[in-house]
Amino acid sequence: MSGYRLAAPHGAWIDRSRALRFDFNGVDVKGFAGDTVASALLGQGIGHIGRSFKLHRPRGIFSCGLEEPTGLVDIGVGRYRTPNTRATDIAAADGMTAKTGNAWPSLGLDLAAINNKFAALMPAGFYYKTFMWPDWHLFEPAIRRMAGLGVAADGPDPDRYDEVSQQVEVLVIGAGAAGMQAALSAAQSGRQVLLLDSGPRPGGWLASQSLRSEANSQQRLDELTRLVAAAGVSLRVNCTVLGLYDHQLAVALETVNDGTVRERLWKIRAERIILATGAIERPMLFPDNDRPGVMLASAVERYATHFGVACGKRIVISTACDSGYDVAASLNAAGIEVAAIVDSRETNGRAAPMGVKVFLDSSIVAVSGSRAINSVTVAANRGGDAQAIAADCVASAGGWTPAVNLHSMAGGKLRWNDVASMFVPDLPLKGIESVGACAGAFELELALEHADATGRGNATPAPVGGLGIVPARNTPTLAALSTLGRRPGKIFVDLQNDVSADDVELAARENYRSVEHLKRYTTMGMATDQGKTSNINALVLMGELTERKPAEVGTTKFRPPVKPVTLNALAAGRTGERYRPLKRMPGHAWHETHGGLFEEFGGWLRPAAYCQNSEEVIPAAEREALHVRTHVGIFEGSPLGKIEIYGPDAAAFLDLMYVGTMSTLAIGQARYGLLLREDGVIFDDGIVARLGEQHFWINTTSGGVDRVALAFEEWQQCEYANHRVLITPVTSSWGNVTVSGPKAWKLLAAAGFDESLAPPNMKHMTMREVAYGGVKIRLMRASFSGELGYEINLPALHTQSLLQRLSEVGREFDAKPYGIEALMVLRTEKGFLHLGADTDGTTLPGDVGMDRGIAKKAANFVGRRSLLRPVALDADRMQLVGLLPADRTSRLPTGAHIVTKNPPAPIDGFVTSSAYSGVLGMPVALAMLKRGFARIGETVTLYHLGRTLRAEVVKTPFFDPKGERLEG
Amino acid sequence: MMQLQCPWCGRRPENEFHCGGTTAIVRPPIDCSDEVWGNYLFFRKNPKGLHAERWRHTFGCGQWFNIVRDTVTHEVGAVYGITEAQPRAVDP
Amino acid sequence: MRNRYSAGNLLGAALGGHKDWAPAWRDAEPKPRYDVIVIGGGGHGLATAYYLAKNHGITNVAVIEAGWIGGGNTGRNTTVVRSNYLYAESARLYDFSVQRYESLSKDLNFNVMFSQRGIITLAHSRHDLDAQERWTNAMLCNGIDAEMLTARQVQECEPRLDISSRARYPILGGFTQRRAGSARHDAVAWGYARAASALGVDIVQRCSVQDFIKQDGRVIGVKTNRGEIRADRVAMAVAGHSSVLANLAGFALPVTSYALQAMVSEPVKPVLKAVTLSPALGAYWSQSDKGEVVIGGALDHFPSYAQRGSFAVNQQVIAATVEAFPSLGRLRMLRHWAGIVDVVQDSSPIIGATPIPGLYINCGWGTGGFKAIPVGGWTLAHVLATGQNHELAEPFQLSRFHTGRLIDEAAASGIAH
Repeated sequence: MSGYRLAAPHGAWIDRSRALRFDFNGVDVKGFAGDTVASALLGQGIGHIGRSFKLHRPRGIFSCGLEEPTGLVDIGVGRYRTPNTRATDIAAADGMTAKTGNAWPSLGLDLAAINNKFAALMPAGFYYKTFMWPDWHLFEPAIRRMAGLGVAADGPDPDRYDEVSQQVEVLVIGAGAAGMQAALSAAQSGRQVLLLDSGPRPGGWLASQSLRSEANSQQRLDELTRLVAAAGVSLRVNCTVLGLYDHQLAVALETVNDGTVRERLWKIRAERIILATGAIERPMLFPDNDRPGVMLASAVERYATHFGVACGKRIVISTACDSGYDVAASLNAAGIEVAAIVDSRETNGRAAPMGVKVFLDSSIVAVSGSRAINSVTVAANRGGDAQAIAADCVASAGGWTPAVNLHSMAGGKLRWNDVASMFVPDLPLKGIESVGACAGAFELELALEHADATGRGNATPAPVGGLGIVPARNTPTLAALSTLGRRPGKIFVDLQNDVSADDVELAARENYRSVEHLKRYTTMGMATDQGKTSNINALVLMGELTERKPAEVGTTKFRPPVKPVTLNALAAGRTGERYRPLKRMPGHAWHETHGGLFEEFGGWLRPAAYCQNSEEVIPAAEREALHVRTHVGIFEGSPLGKIEIYGPDAAAFLDLMYVGTMSTLAIGQARYGLLLREDGVIFDDGIVARLGEQHFWINTTSGGVDRVALAFEEWQQCEYANHRVLITPVTSSWGNVTVSGPKAWKLLAAAGFDESLAPPNMKHMTMREVAYGGVKIRLMRASFSGELGYEINLPALHTQSLLQRLSEVGREFDAKPYGIEALMVLRTEKGFLHLGADTDGTTLPGDVGMDRGIAKKAANFVGRRSLLRPVALDADRMQLVGLLPADRTSRLPTGAHIVTKNPPAPIDGFVTSSAYSGVLGMPVALAMLKRGFARIGETVTLYHLGRTLRAEVVKTPFFDPKGERLEG
Repeated sequence: MMQLQCPWCGRRPENEFHCGGTTAIVRPPIDCSDEVWGNYLFFRKNPKGLHAERWRHTFGCGQWFNIVRDTVTHEVGAVYGITEAQPRAVDP
Repeated sequence: MRNRYSAGNLLGAALGGHKDWAPAWRDAEPKPRYDVIVIGGGGHGLATAYYLAKNHGITNVAVIEAGWIGGGNTGRNTTVVRSNYLYAESARLYDFSVQRYESLSKDLNFNVMFSQRGIITLAHSRHDLDAQERWTNAMLCNGIDAEMLTARQVQECEPRLDISSRARYPILGGFTQRRAGSARHDAVAWGYARAASALGVDIVQRCSVQDFIKQDGRVIGVKTNRGEIRADRVAMAVAGHSSVLANLAGFALPVTSYALQAMVSEPVKPVLKAVTLSPALGAYWSQSDKGEVVIGGALDHFPSYAQRGSFAVNQQVIAATVEAFPSLGRLRMLRHWAGIVDVVQDSSPIIGATPIPGLYINCGWGTGGFKAIPVGGWTLAHVLATGQNHELAEPFQLSRFHTGRLIDEAAASGIAH
């Protein structure tokens, strides 16, 4: 093929005053602002762009839009490399690099092109029939290397993306003539209208008719454009709707490239959506129709009108549709030589331009040339002599396929039109209508009338038609092919995936006749173009082979997106911390200055430990834990879940929620409570304190507060609606600072806490509202460490200063911060349950020894009935026990399994928590063990990643079993 | 992505809500059989078509409410209070 | 006619232009009566028919399919095959399946491309590492291969993962089952169909069940759009549509149907080696032999029978993908779609008798049915042929929802699967 640039003024979309150049496989390509990569390549006479997926045959530019199957290049280098980019759908830019992906070592000398020689061994689905012996594993690596198209980027994408949500009354998708008319009419009837187009300028098909003087199209287009703007329609170009989702949500991708973001995702919710997405041209099928230079006729026309590019010096038009003649007229007007029109029909509906030879009832039966065409062979359908015609480009016009994918995605049905041989939308959907070519309306005047009515909200059936009679069958007759006197070349249906007419025939023979089987077996329509130009031809062929009408064969399901979309554009900036934002505690800065090593715990950034010098986390935690036992530690527990419950029925409601009874709590008292799901499984725990007759303060686990609040609300609103209760989560309003250790009160006293709060005056498990430094705080005596402990709840914004004050005052007592891991050591020494570590989604209260008192309780609390099921009564259930290493020195790793013999072996239990206890001078562990409560004193074998350990089953707590240290 | 009509906040996108599944399931008394309790916990009609279900406007007003929704088309018919009976005419 | 698939036969056929290949399976007209009717022409239904014929000699069997075979979840899943389960009951069941996959291509004489490239489950915190050591030990106790990996080893297995500490979910390690992998989903359906058909099973497409025919409370056949078909026993293996048939038959199931999305990128040259799963990010990834990055995620948040996913979930899963693999951010998503999965409380299957005599069921696989196709078919065929539950299927009866003896893999492992 030998494309060239037409002289000015041809090329309405390019700006000849702004030249640009880019690199294609090392070749310097010159173009103009407004060019696509494809138009610039064609303008420079470069036709061979890539290699096909399977056979590595040379392929070129086929279309002029997002339906492109073959003109794929990797754009950019390094972290910017974007593989498989349709050259027809990307603006050429100065300094750009474009490279063929699926060719090695180079496009010209592609070693994998040998595949084409063995094409006979690689029919559809050949891999299902072989590579089984001796083993698939021997073949797979080579196949994987061969597969794939382009090359992914080398590193993280440096570009930015964003997302905007928008609400409109009327969304019109496609700014061709019908779309513009519908938008105009909707706006004129008072609606707020957004008009989108995937191209850089509005106009659609009408814009490509500018060379044909009789169409008067330029004038009409200018007029429509002016009216649309005047009516207040918002027009957004370079914006492709990718899919329609529930309740009229359109998701669209805008190519921006203005230095701020590369692409922008639009989520547009519309009351009404009018589809005006036009139609995609259907190619003719003939032998070797995949050669670079065989193109869609409408594309050849568009390259001339929009970009001033002639796709060849001598063009043959292969057609079965009157639109082929329109293209001939356009090309003629642009001064491009049309060598002939080969029409497979017996009669044509339109006249050819003067001097263009028309072959009626004829087909192309051969294309000569591999990387470029030099001639085509034409034969009459009834046979006779074949005739060669010198040509470097074939413009293929086999009819049109309405772009019904959005209609179909939204759940719309399709109907086959026998006259024009195409699927059109059947009935319009609620709130989603189609106008123009995507509705099957190809007669401009009628289409505009229909679009006008639709825009005004008067639904009428679409005026389907305007193409004359287009035959469904698109292949040369056997008689025509026999004129060649040799075996004809392959007829390709799916150009990217190398699916040929023979493959469709093989699929039919082997009973892969359903259109979905056809697609999956041959991979037809599964390439990056999703079969936009191939699906109809394939299903017509399948229909012929199996004596079914296309309507009976049906289409495959249309799936979003309409065109492939950048992953980062979909993520739209939701990366790093924006993926799921982390919460920071109110005292964050204080921890930073004290050397906190932050890790995530349940969505919060919290100090795991405060490592000294090059200390690791676990030794640091052990040191901190021991310090709490001997001195005093400061811990920020602000993420602790906090919910306030108010109301006359608050106490009764909590009795229904908790395993324990809360209504008997005196004001100021606090109690530990367990929450179950309705199936009896433990799902949270924490302390409940009574602040007033009708007022409770609830602590949940840090990670569980949202779940608990949701469950409380659900029970209250849906089941116990007669209970007058208000449930208010207040986690982030309150900071929490915990002071633990034998010197805890000494520190608080020195910090100015009132003597009335001292251990003898304020009992363990009580809560008081008091003023401290003019701030109302809620002080609780509770302990997750077993030491004297105060939990100071205070308005979050004062947390930082309290921490500051405590650490300053605390120097005298050697007060030190401790982190989550130290807390885990402390609670493990005490045998306190840690939800999510010692429990999982199967643990019942009896398994952890917390079912006492249930029988006596009156309220039918959540989950209670489930504790009476056979599963809960199984004697073999695992129960939480303590473990000590038999040698008192080896750590018992979390996750180690208790077994009776070397694996494989039945599982008797497993370690749930493990720590080295500094105060005891040995490791301790908690474990779930079958019938554990009855096995205290037993020695068991632990298995851990290939080694075994011995451990003794013991009662907990390991430390201070009488709880004497709680008083300091 | 659906758009649901919160009775208090109006039409809001699906991801502000939490679906609580089939609504109006009666909680059996504690002395029911294991079979009745198991049915209550796990067994659902799971209709292909109209489904009365409860939702909570979690990232909004926090209120639970009922809707009748078609599980095939996702069209929403009736929207009604959490303690109200399902309206008769429910065709979306 | 050429039937046998082999390299030699392919070569022979090539010389003749591939004109003599036999149909992969016969499209049968339904007969009025069969020994067994299997409703559902997905992997599980077809495998059931195959094993009825092969293991039990029962060949008077019809598989009836409302659409086209393999068109449900079999043809729209992410094709992961693994047996990295925590509980012994699950481990036995799924590993039996993995073992069948290992020999399936030769068994069926159809290349299902089972590729044991290993699955890696990422650990993003110390708690994750603890939980995974528990998991690994449990698997080893259950006789399944498992191995803990350091962050460096994870990176060696999957170089494009972001193991830097900058990541929102830093990767501290993980664990792997090297025998896990993926297979070609369509091939599994077609391979079973072809093999079953060769043994005499009737495969009836476009045949949808409108009602059950009952006599004295016992199911004795089905009414379909292609007439009444009777049988001694009827089995259903229809995944997300199980409740619809159960409602017709007159019993309830502990099943809720949800849409589960999957998506693929455009094909690119190899970027991923193994199957990788991140519980924290709620997504998993592999690369198909064709070069597409295959991405799976969590369920949509509400019951649905629509085979299309919510965009909100789609976006979340894509964000998870670029979070895990930042260098894949410029790839493009080519397609996304959804299957309707049958979710039960404990994410474990139901294989055996229903409360209706004569009617048997295989359902409840939820998001993970593909890997279980061989064992699902094997055990359902067993109970259909013998009237006794297969030993592997014994724990997976409907009664467990009344006794409470669930086999709650998701609850124990903390992730959906």
